[in-house]
Amino acid sequence: MDFFGDPAVWLPWTFASLMGLSILIYVVLDGFDLGVGLLMPLAEDDEKDRLVASIGPFWDANETWLVLAIGLLLVAFPPAHGLILTALYLPVFIMLVGLILRGVSFEMRAKAPIAQKPLWNGAFFAGSLMASLSQGFMLGMYVMGLTWTLPHVGFALLTAVFLTVGYSFIGAVWLIWKTDGALQLHSVRWAKGGMWGLILGIGSISLATPFVSTRIFDKWFSFPEILYLSPLPILSGVLVVFLWIQLRRMPFENDRYSWTPFAAATALFTLAYTGMAYSFYPYVVPDKLTIYESASAPESLFIILLGTLFVLPAIIGYTVLSYYIFRGKAMELRYD
Amino acid sequence: MDTLLLSRIQFGANISFHILFPTITIALGWMLLFFKLRFSATGDRKWMDAYMFWVKVFALSFAMGVVSGITMSFQFGTNWPGFMETVGNVAGPLLAYEIMTAFFLEAVFLGIMLFGASKVKSWVHTLATFLVAFGTTMSTFWIIVLNSWMHTPQGYELIDGVVHATNWFEIVFNPSMPYRFVHMMLASGLTVAFLIAGISALRMLWGDKGEDVKSALRVGIIAAAGLIPLQILAGDMHGLNTLEYQPAKVAAMEGNWETRSNVPLVLFAIPDQENRTNHFEISIPNGASYILKHKADGVVPGLNDFVEEDGTIMHPRVSAVFFSFRIMIGTGVAMLLLSWAGVVMLRKYGAGNMPKLPLIAFSAMSFSGWIATLAGWYTTEIGRQPWLVQGVLSTKDAVSDVPAGMVLSTLIGYLVIYASLIIAYMGVITYLARRATRGEPLTSRQYPRGGTTDVPVLQPGK
Repeated sequence: MDFFGDPAVWLPWTFASLMGLSILIYVVLDGFDLGVGLLMPLAEDDEKDRLVASIGPFWDANETWLVLAIGLLLVAFPPAHGLILTALYLPVFIMLVGLILRGVSFEMRAKAPIAQKPLWNGAFFAGSLMASLSQGFMLGMYVMGLTWTLPHVGFALLTAVFLTVGYSFIGAVWLIWKTDGALQLHSVRWAKGGMWGLILGIGSISLATPFVSTRIFDKWFSFPEILYLSPLPILSGVLVVFLWIQLRRMPFENDRYSWTPFAAATALFTLAYTGMAYSFYPYVVPDKLTIYESASAPESLFIILLGTLFVLPAIIGYTVLSYYIFRGKAMELRYD
Repeated sequence: MDTLLLSRIQFGANISFHILFPTITIALGWMLLFFKLRFSATGDRKWMDAYMFWVKVFALSFAMGVVSGITMSFQFGTNWPGFMETVGNVAGPLLAYEIMTAFFLEAVFLGIMLFGASKVKSWVHTLATFLVAFGTTMSTFWIIVLNSWMHTPQGYELIDGVVHATNWFEIVFNPSMPYRFVHMMLASGLTVAFLIAGISALRMLWGDKGEDVKSALRVGIIAAAGLIPLQILAGDMHGLNTLEYQPAKVAAMEGNWETRSNVPLVLFAIPDQENRTNHFEISIPNGASYILKHKADGVVPGLNDFVEEDGTIMHPRVSAVFFSFRIMIGTGVAMLLLSWAGVVMLRKYGAGNMPKLPLIAFSAMSFSGWIATLAGWYTTEIGRQPWLVQGVLSTKDAVSDVPAGMVLSTLIGYLVIYASLIIAYMGVITYLARRATRGEPLTSRQYPRGGTTDVPVLQPGK
């Protein structure tokens, strides 16, 4: 266990990275399928089935990344898990209800009597909305240090709206990739309409974070750190401009480059997330509890890590396989 | 009501709702694999029709299980932060292994199993079905390991009030794990056997004469009749194991207050914890001594041994454990009688000409597995109180300090949603059965038995 020095240092660090990676993968993957759910009311009735079909084979596995992320928080940093989740008791409840409604109506809308379909479509949208809003709210509260004051809640309400619009954006660019024809044209329009949420969301969190904590301010605005970090905002700006130009010109002939907006959006999420991770490290509960203070015993972490080394590549492998089998434009979902 | 009791009710409500669906998917996964393998072996279309009907039930149950399971992983933190703070070093790795070895396997291959039948080769589809079934079983294994460790902890040491793992083999193979795992797997098998038999019987009552329905009915009845004696045996062995490690639980199950020999088997009573006695007792002399010690004068522990000198009660609430246990046993006996009578009927009439009465009985028992499973879990989980981890952590020391009003309002929210979803779930299953009965095709495709597919997606470039 001592190959990389003190296991009480490198093990928490490794697990924080793994957890961070899971959250990022979750935000991108479930982000697009929550986003597709958010777009449901905008779609024509005959488009709704294809919207659902575009995420059908994936959403179960996408949500499993949330279980992994929260599971890693639970198993690697138990005190932090308790602190964060008791502070966010109510939004967690709303998110869970949203995820339940969503997952259930996903199945019900296809199996219940046809007269009930609008009801389940509505539940699918409502569930996606509750989950997105509460995740955005929790993000805002986390940035503000998990204390319930009026300004903090106000900020969290703003990030709730921004993340929701941001999810609808990544959902729309996913649809640009996975659909064609009239639905693809609609998706381009939705993506253009949703871009502001992404920009405002990333912008407001980037601006707010340094001013909540002097520690984070110093991490960003001191020399030479500011130099190393400058690619983050610059690249983000380039991606935004690229997305803006690309979306105005979409769709291209023969469906060329239809994957590029989704790739750019993923890159943008990743950059924003990296910035946040840099700001908060080494804290897992902002300015209260570091990953080193809250980590489980090294022996236990080591046991989990052993398994992770074997299992994670397999998970990634068969996830890729699944996306490969269901590649191409989304067709009607059939059990047979 | 205080935060502790409300949190217990809330966790109980969430986990009760959750367990309904894995109980179905664990065994239904294997049943679907059986249908698929029968189809591959015989080429008889009825097996694929049965597969196509039940895979929809599986998909629905799986989705309900996933979303209600996500709730569980958050509840540890929101309601029971003391649990992971104290035993996180043991519970953590076990939960991590469950997520990594089971959840992803199930979730990813589920997509291929459900929607891939025409996209991949037949053997790949069969393999995906196997991996999903295997995943649900792995998931059962890990969660039962953790749950059993909470009943019979070993392989750890306490340092400053925090549990540290010392021997993982002892932790995984703790004394009650093998019994609980077998008991739960059989419970799942029985739940699915009665569900399949019951829904098939319902379709026959509605006039469905399909070959797939007859075969499903036959498979359901035979599976039920074969599994129930095994379950009774496994349950008895599990009980003896509990007697050894958690005597207070067994005392509550038997409604026995004093440690003594020649203890009667109490068939019915109203336990009175305040006066520490039973009212309206109906019992068989020496019965409990026979069952637990295999002799008439065997000494059976009593509840009064678990009251400390200052009056602190260290045994569970007797009536809850006592009645849950009897509901489980009662349902089990009904399952035994009906399934064996069903086998006799099958031999006499064949699956196609079953009289109405047994068909009605099987339909009525469609969800009996749920009742027995829930009652069994209540017996064992309430029976562990006041401990959360037997002898290590008491439940009241693990609860969060969230205001009671918050716990109550979210509890009401959960209950409303769960009640409506259970109604919707059972409604949709009956609706699917009715639609299948009307002869609306579940599928229009011809299935390849192996080798070829009509949409060769796994070949790049096409």
